[in-house]
Amino acid sequence: MVSRSRSLFDRTILVPAIRESFIKLDPRVQLRNPVMFVVEVGALVSIFYAFRDARNGQAGFDIAISAWLWFTVLFANFAEAMAEGRGKAQAEYLRRTKTDTIARRLVQWTRGSGTSLEEKIPATQLRRGDRVVAEVNDLIATDGEIVEGAATVDESAITGESAPVIREAGGDRSSVTGGTRVLSDRIVYEVSANPGESFLDRMISLVEGAQRQKTPNEIALSILLSGLTIIFVIAVATLAPFSIYAGATPSVVVLIALLVCLIPTTIGGLLSAIGIAGMDRVLQRNVLAMSGRAVEAAGDVDTLLLDKTGTITLGNRQATEVVCAAGVRESTAYRAAYYASLADETPEGRSIVLLTGSRAGLAADEVTNGSLPAGSTVVPFSAYTRMSGVDFADGSQVRKGAPDAVRAWVANGGGTISETLAGDVEKVARAGGTPLLLADKEHVIAMIALRDILKPNTRVRFDRLRAMGIRTVMITGDNPLTASAIAREAGVDDFLAEATPETKMTLIKREQTEGRLVAMTGDGTNDAPALAQADVGVAMNSGTQAAKEAANMVDLDSDPTKLIEIVEIGKQLLMTRGSLTTFSIANDVAKYFAILPAMFTAAYPAMAALNVMRLATPQSAILSAIIFNALIIVALIPLALRGVPYRPRGANAVLRENVLIYGLGGIIVPFIGIKLIDLILVALHLTGAQ
Amino acid sequence: MTITGWLQAALVFALVCVFVKPLGIYMARVFEGERVFLSPVLAPVERGLYRLCRIDADREMGWKPYAFSVVAFSLVSFAYLYVLLRVQAFLPLNPQGFGNLAPDLAWNTAISFMTNTNWQFYSGESTMSYLSQMAGLGWHMFVSAGTGIAIAIALMRGLARRSASTIGNFWVDLTRCVLYVLLPIAVVGSLLLMWQGVPQNFAAYTTAKTVEGAAQTIPQGPMASMEVIKELGTNGGGFVNANSAAPWENPTGFTNLLELVLILLIGASLTYTFGRYVRNQRQGWALFAAMTIILGLGFTAAYAAEAAGNPIVHALGVLGGNFEGKETRFGVAASSLFATITTVTSCGAVNAMHDSFTALGGLIPLFNMQLGEVVFGGVGSGFYGMIYYVILTVFIAGLMVGRTPEYLGKKIERREVQLAILAALIVPVFALIPAGMATVLPAGLATLNNAGPHGFSEILYAYTSMVNNNGSAFAGLGSNLWWNVSGGVVMLFGRIAIMIPVLALAGALARKRAIPETVGTFGTTSPIFVVLLIGVIVIVGALTFFPADALGPIVEQLLNQQGKTF
Repeated sequence: MVSRSRSLFDRTILVPAIRESFIKLDPRVQLRNPVMFVVEVGALVSIFYAFRDARNGQAGFDIAISAWLWFTVLFANFAEAMAEGRGKAQAEYLRRTKTDTIARRLVQWTRGSGTSLEEKIPATQLRRGDRVVAEVNDLIATDGEIVEGAATVDESAITGESAPVIREAGGDRSSVTGGTRVLSDRIVYEVSANPGESFLDRMISLVEGAQRQKTPNEIALSILLSGLTIIFVIAVATLAPFSIYAGATPSVVVLIALLVCLIPTTIGGLLSAIGIAGMDRVLQRNVLAMSGRAVEAAGDVDTLLLDKTGTITLGNRQATEVVCAAGVRESTAYRAAYYASLADETPEGRSIVLLTGSRAGLAADEVTNGSLPAGSTVVPFSAYTRMSGVDFADGSQVRKGAPDAVRAWVANGGGTISETLAGDVEKVARAGGTPLLLADKEHVIAMIALRDILKPNTRVRFDRLRAMGIRTVMITGDNPLTASAIAREAGVDDFLAEATPETKMTLIKREQTEGRLVAMTGDGTNDAPALAQADVGVAMNSGTQAAKEAANMVDLDSDPTKLIEIVEIGKQLLMTRGSLTTFSIANDVAKYFAILPAMFTAAYPAMAALNVMRLATPQSAILSAIIFNALIIVALIPLALRGVPYRPRGANAVLRENVLIYGLGGIIVPFIGIKLIDLILVALHLTGAQ
Repeated sequence: MTITGWLQAALVFALVCVFVKPLGIYMARVFEGERVFLSPVLAPVERGLYRLCRIDADREMGWKPYAFSVVAFSLVSFAYLYVLLRVQAFLPLNPQGFGNLAPDLAWNTAISFMTNTNWQFYSGESTMSYLSQMAGLGWHMFVSAGTGIAIAIALMRGLARRSASTIGNFWVDLTRCVLYVLLPIAVVGSLLLMWQGVPQNFAAYTTAKTVEGAAQTIPQGPMASMEVIKELGTNGGGFVNANSAAPWENPTGFTNLLELVLILLIGASLTYTFGRYVRNQRQGWALFAAMTIILGLGFTAAYAAEAAGNPIVHALGVLGGNFEGKETRFGVAASSLFATITTVTSCGAVNAMHDSFTALGGLIPLFNMQLGEVVFGGVGSGFYGMIYYVILTVFIAGLMVGRTPEYLGKKIERREVQLAILAALIVPVFALIPAGMATVLPAGLATLNNAGPHGFSEILYAYTSMVNNNGSAFAGLGSNLWWNVSGGVVMLFGRIAIMIPVLALAGALARKRAIPETVGTFGTTSPIFVVLLIGVIVIVGALTFFPADALGPIVEQLLNQQGKTF
């Protein structure tokens, strides 16, 4: 997916969102949100009073209040529609290719049968278990797993990565994603999801308000908000008899205005927008989440399991150093290393060639050609000898391999290894590297050190995680010695060496029994159980279907470090809810000081002392409060959609800052806002003074 | 305000602080069945009681059986007191020959004492026989306090335990509380009161001739023993109508000091007990700190308002603090302190007429109760009320730091929020709605002594006091069928409808696993948390009751400054 950044108020989203705001006025939609439902009921009742009061010419004020109550509901609807619109636009990129694809379904298929009868049907009619064939230039119709053949596939429509990837039956690279294109060869894949059940479909439903399931935390917050709403309904409703007792005539419209100002409309109106926008942010990072719950859980993660290879270190080990034995000329050693590795196609072998080529004292064209001297025979690596090398035409031999294998080979020919070189071997091994020895028939010539190369900025990233309170555990197949050295260098908190699927599973379960939430990434079929067990499992899109099904998120970019960003999105989601709740409640203080004196100065003129904002008239005071209450929703839409800024820090620091901004700020801002609106109303002669 | 005034307050607080740790540890040991220094004497009695009542002390209960036991015990106790009050005329220890109580008054009084409210629509010295006082009201003063403490302990267990299905045994907790905690302190306390001149006898009232030659009846009775549990159990129901303002109940400055310390003693020490239970003393001190700060703010405001005096009186040339309705032996400071402490806790005793406080001075006790009496609070109920606020605070704060909120390693999820918000609804529902009815119903207004905002304050104060099970009276309100019946209902819900969710909460929390703390978890012992907790308590209380308070004490204060009275 190429360009993902979209201006906040994109026209293509804005216009449908405005239309949608009106459609959402349907009370059945509003019922999902008790706070806004109360506002809508209030708006309806105030219309009734506006008609009733029209007879005695008092309707102007009632109409104004009623109008602003409708605006309040509309603004909240608009926020939700905006969030949905952005999410949908995001999903459209993924969906666009999907719907009109024609799939070549195989009617009868047996493995290895070659060609068989096929029929062309729309992708939407494919069912789980169907076999579909795809050849050069065919679009993959839906998510599936290759059961036969291999092909290069262009996944740029999904990942934005232009380099084609290889997908083949069997192994860990067998899954295909709907919307990608086959560039070469022919594959048969088995459909893994019914229409409407693919990852994409599930993701789309997460960003569409109507189908969206509320997450556990959202439900808990809704309960809190509903409880507060009930408290305020009681506080306001009892004002009616209280004011009768005080000799004032309570106006129903004013009571409704007060109620709407007090109930947490700001957070109530933005709550679902915040949740949808959170999903949208996940999607923007090219991650498909199976549920909002998973994203929320990501914010709570305590332990992050990271595969060493690909996440902490660059793919493979690389040669970093050649240490010569005493009395061996450097160029001799380099040349021997160069020749011994020239035919070695492993990444390790290539890295030795790269390191030694320029310093082997060879002619420049010899290096560029990369050919062995004439008459040489390559001795390939075998698991039996654990060495590889070259036999030259003159009868001399060079071997490189595991230290003990090479030492045994040299000892066979009567040679030895110097004490110092043996010490170096030990040192490299202890530091987490892989030492290789290089020898001719008589002597050990040199030691080659292979080391893991850390990805840039790993330490910074893990420090950031630690600041958030997340423990990182590196998972590796290396021996404990090697693993601990890399762990120390990378700055992870812990490591699991000689990891097997079973030990991984045990580790996850142990962490969970200690009450921690565990997140991990994986791609292989044998990762599937662990992915399912982990609280947050992110499967790589390049991985197997089994892994993807076990996980609760799929990363389309197959980037294992993405997990860190997902954790941050999860946290941001909760922080936005919490901050706006605090802000919403803190706002009430100012609204009391605006409305109560306005309500009761008629009965008790002394109450004017509470009009600390010196608002012009009772009508303007009430109107200003209700206008502020409506406009603040609009003003906070950008914050709700983008989320409150998140910086990884300790919880107490975050709390202090947010309490200051949203708590204290929430008390002060409405005093200023309401006063300003009142001044504008005065300037426009809308104060209702008769 | 004077230095001596502040010193009195400081002295009370310092004395409480001395006892917090030893009593806190003592209670933790008692409730976990460990040996304490009184065990040699009391353990045989305890075992005897269990044998007699067929209680298996080792069998713990889940929250539902615990709650069932609490409710069943409360109802049986209520019925017992109701019957006793209805037939006291036929029973012994009634030297003044008082008659039976009317059904509505007996209903109100029995609920009032069963719920630890001690709202009194009667005058003790002209209504209650000594038997009713001691075996009826006195019994409830012990067991209602014991019930509250037992529930607080059950909640502490819920917070401390992990993956557990039980929260203790109600009968054992209640027995231990009464036997090891309340009775020993009560015995020592009543001896001290008797030393200071508080009567303790079964004698008939004394008739004396005053210097002016008029006949005066001086009440007698077992007052010292009742007085001490009235304070210690935050009951507040006076033996005589004037409560602690009367010289029988509170004769000297020393007894006043003693009574104040007794009121705060258990509530304050329970925060330490809590720290012991959760194995983190700082958690207990954090709650103690939040409570102390609110108490300090409340006292400062009340003292300032009373010391500032009444502008109308000032206009007459009489300067100084507001002395109306106060005892000269206590003065402004001690009366303000007494009013604050008896309303932040759920004691409800009075040593001055709150009705005669300045409007702002009267607002403070009212507002204290509106906060839900969580500042040390009623014995036990203050602690569990505070935990409700802690849960709401933790929930909001937890969201603000981007983690599913947790308290003491327990995740605060849907059910916890549900229960906390349910409890938070009880006070507004049962204070404001009946007050709304009383302000417009003729029956509600019939027995009201004052008009205008002051009359409204009296109504609001009454229901606020009753729903919080405080029992403090603003006065100015007479008893009739409406008040007796509605008051009883309000007190009943104020007790039961808060207790049951507490126990459900204890059960839900006990079942949870504990999550280890990381830097991603915000600490619930930090100053910022304490400040936030205070903020939530004050703001939630203020937002709920500001409109009502504005029409009562606040507008009255504004009008007083213009020279208007009611």
